[in-house]
Amino acid sequence: MIFKRLSVQENDFDPSAEVKAMTTGRPDIGAVCQFTGLMRGDRDTVAMTLEHYPGMTEKQLRTLMDDACARWPLTGCCLIHRYGRLIPGDQIVLVITTSPHRDAAFDSCHFLMDWLKTQAPFWKCEETSQGDKKWVESRDTDTAAARHWDTQDGKRATRRLLGSR
Amino acid sequence: MKILYFAWVRTTIGKGADELDHKPEGVERVSDLFDWLSQQGDGYRQVIDKRTRLRVAINQNFATPDDLINDGDEIALFPPVTGG
Repeated sequence: MIFKRLSVQENDFDPSAEVKAMTTGRPDIGAVCQFTGLMRGDRDTVAMTLEHYPGMTEKQLRTLMDDACARWPLTGCCLIHRYGRLIPGDQIVLVITTSPHRDAAFDSCHFLMDWLKTQAPFWKCEETSQGDKKWVESRDTDTAAARHWDTQDGKRATRRLLGSR
Repeated sequence: MKILYFAWVRTTIGKGADELDHKPEGVERVSDLFDWLSQQGDGYRQVIDKRTRLRVAINQNFATPDDLINDGDEIALFPPVTGG
């Protein structure tokens, strides 16, 4: 059985509670990989508001999770993304993958995070200390990072893991 | 059909959605909808002027300017995504 959990929410989340829910009573799990994205602040940015497209967000994230579970031998996958107003240091996104072995957990966690940045309909609007608001521009490096998983290197990593299942 | 707007597309147009009883006349594809929207007022024109920077979804799936539109579709216009 593959444990799957997806949540798009305004409230904060507790990564250790999520890991516990995924691993309790599962002696088949040998590896847990957890990524937490935080809001990064700088001199000018005092807050950020995350807008999303309710419905499409869940649909896209569900597809990504299913893709990851098809590509890697996972025992569990958890994806939580927040929306609303956040301040520097706040948690934004949580990705947890579990597997019998570490390679699948590491690679699928990285894959989910890279694709989420280009496929999930979220938009960041930054607030400056002067009260100005500015929509964050997308970055070409994010698109390139996600595309990497479609290249020969990305496919080879998947094949190697599936072959060793 | 429903047309949804997000991020700077929403703030430039000044509202989050438009609801139409039917597809506007002459609108078959997403690119036709862009042309029609550009005639609907200043905010709309400013958004469509940046059409190469827009992303489109039909019924919550990513779409291209060549894709066909049907009467009951939910169309969404938004900038490239910046989550994570």
